[in-house]
Amino acid sequence: MSTTTMSEYRVDPVSGLKINRTANTLVKWNAFAAVVFLLVGGLFGLGVALTRMPSVQLLSPEIFYMALTAHGLVNLAVWIIFFEMAVLYFLGAHVLGNRLATPRWAWTQFWLMLVGAAMVAVAVLGGNSSVMMTSYVPLTAEPHFYLGLILFAVGALIGCFVFLGTLVIAKREKTYSGSLPLVVFGGVTATIIAVFTIVSGALILIPTFLWSVGLIEHIDPMMYRVVWWGFGHSSQQINVVTHISIWYLISSLVFGAKPMSEKVSRGAFLLYILFLQLGSAHHLLSDPGLTSAWKIFNTSYMIYLAVLASMIHGLTVPGSIEVAQRKKGLDTGLFTWLRKAPWGNPIFSGMFLSLVGFGFIGGITGVVMSVEQINMIIHNTMYLPGHFHGTLVVGTTMAFMAVTYWLIPVVFQRKIALAGMAKWQPYVFSLGAWVFSIALMGAGTMGVQRRHADITFAGQPLAYQYPEIAKGLMDIGEIFGVIMSVGAVMFIVIVLASIFTGERIAEDSAPWPKVEDADVTFEKTGKKHIGIWGMEAPGTFVLAMILFATIILYYFINFKYLSTVWGMS
Amino acid sequence: MGTSYTPPTNPDWWREPIERTEMVWIVLSFTWCVFMFGWMIGWHWIGNQNMSNETYKTTPEAFSQKVADMQAKYTVRKDEATGEDVVAPPPGSDVYLAGMMWQWRPILEFQKGKTYRLHMSSLDVGHGFSLQPENINFQVYPGYEQVLNLTPNKTGIFSIACGEYCGGGDTMGHHTMLGRIYVKE
Repeated sequence: MSTTTMSEYRVDPVSGLKINRTANTLVKWNAFAAVVFLLVGGLFGLGVALTRMPSVQLLSPEIFYMALTAHGLVNLAVWIIFFEMAVLYFLGAHVLGNRLATPRWAWTQFWLMLVGAAMVAVAVLGGNSSVMMTSYVPLTAEPHFYLGLILFAVGALIGCFVFLGTLVIAKREKTYSGSLPLVVFGGVTATIIAVFTIVSGALILIPTFLWSVGLIEHIDPMMYRVVWWGFGHSSQQINVVTHISIWYLISSLVFGAKPMSEKVSRGAFLLYILFLQLGSAHHLLSDPGLTSAWKIFNTSYMIYLAVLASMIHGLTVPGSIEVAQRKKGLDTGLFTWLRKAPWGNPIFSGMFLSLVGFGFIGGITGVVMSVEQINMIIHNTMYLPGHFHGTLVVGTTMAFMAVTYWLIPVVFQRKIALAGMAKWQPYVFSLGAWVFSIALMGAGTMGVQRRHADITFAGQPLAYQYPEIAKGLMDIGEIFGVIMSVGAVMFIVIVLASIFTGERIAEDSAPWPKVEDADVTFEKTGKKHIGIWGMEAPGTFVLAMILFATIILYYFINFKYLSTVWGMS
Repeated sequence: MGTSYTPPTNPDWWREPIERTEMVWIVLSFTWCVFMFGWMIGWHWIGNQNMSNETYKTTPEAFSQKVADMQAKYTVRKDEATGEDVVAPPPGSDVYLAGMMWQWRPILEFQKGKTYRLHMSSLDVGHGFSLQPENINFQVYPGYEQVLNLTPNKTGIFSIACGEYCGGGDTMGHHTMLGRIYVKE
């Protein structure tokens, strides 16, 4: 790299992005920290997986509860939120050809999050804070457990405001014209939800910290849960919005696609802003003291309007890919566009696996389990970890991995090392994560409880034996959990090898081959229409109908099962 | 023209018509959303499995007293596995079940087809009432007394596991927390 007259910006020759160097450094550090934490959390996850196999039971209960606490916090919060900070800075600065507002505050974000995470790690590894990531009072952790979480959250909040400040600069300095690009609009959606999330977290964790040092006498356990889930659940909604933005981004980057309709996609993001937060009620459905009216209104996101938004994104993202592919000449049959997609490119395969897996595994089960009554036969069973690995791992983590393959050449200016391994990584990781999620949900349906160090109740006079098939499902699920870990390690090895030893990409040379705008290609063909049945994306419509049929079927199967259990009123 | 990472090429994008694939899907999806919302409300009338909305404030002391009173009144025999009291309150009566680190007590006996007013609360931290193999799950907290009208529809031995992590270590803990309900004809 030239050290003499380095300008503040460089231009990515393929995407045309104007990349601010200071912003880029922050994107790099946040992304790098994220990947390191993915490794740390993943190792704890592996320990959890190997303990939950009834035939292995690696860790003693005490170590297991510590590892489970660490795994939840590191993978659910630290890995994902560090990566999201990288994504927000990328969207606000790089995508808008802009500089970052107050890089100093952005560094404060980075260090606060790092110090916070380290404090939590010290507390958890010390062994006296095995309270799970939910830390429900009156279970008590060390004071620095809560303080670390608070610092981490404050760091993330600063990151959100740096992003919003960055948007103000872009607008004032006119680095773009017209409306914000769709993916940045998605970033704004995520940020609004993040601010709500972090404020909820502060509202409950600050009093809990004061309680842990003896300054507050009592914290009501129900109130704790109501407010805590405004933090715990909403933080997962940030992930959903971020990974959906990444789906849209990758569709454009790989296929030269544009959103089918800006109005529809933005409208769907708007529905998220308005209704997605209500979903924190999902965790409170089997709680005392809340009425059915409250539960029904909230758990349905007011008539399922946030579910509607997800169903819309689930169609428009693959739909935009189909339209682009058809415009580029693959306008035959229903699925030619999909068959001829670049399945060997981990950016695309990772993104598409994330999309399909999130819809079918995380999405359908999420809608069904959050029905007020169905929840009673699912709540806190192994179904829960099955479901949220179907959203967070199958969906969010896979999408973040996919976009990382694109970011490394652009942001780190290094070629992907071990490209052959990268080609397989999304498949290995997704295979593991999909089967893991489905098997755990099967075991949960048969009653296996979550967060149990030993599901055999060994040595207990009142011991209960789960059905053999449930134990078998746990064994199978956790074997695939190990495969998922292998996929994650492959990813981490590829990332570290690329950024440290990958071939450097010179400043003015292309990190990726140029992708032509689908509309430009289409104009050259002189054709006027694409698709069949008057639909531009009929293949996607057929796929969406399969999802539709599956959800209806699964919904009523669960009600059928519910109707056979003891009467309750 | 355009991408998802550049501003919309048509500044008037708000007025662009919605393509057919999207429109049909939105209408179908929204219909399903409204149906699910209605069904969840409707199940309160057509279904036999619903949450109770009845909850009282209590204290661990007050609740353990109620458990002890019931136990003194309705103990019918000793349990074979543990030698503890088995309590068989009459159908329709108030039944008290306490979650504590790390057991559900007392051991109960119900009659099939009869309804009981089951009061649940915790004497220490949060617990989860998880009836197996029915797989019915509720949260239980100290200070809150939830009343559930429960009607067993099968006979047999039912176990109560704990559904909410409640601490513990190598010998005892969340994973060893159990209780039992016998249901007879």
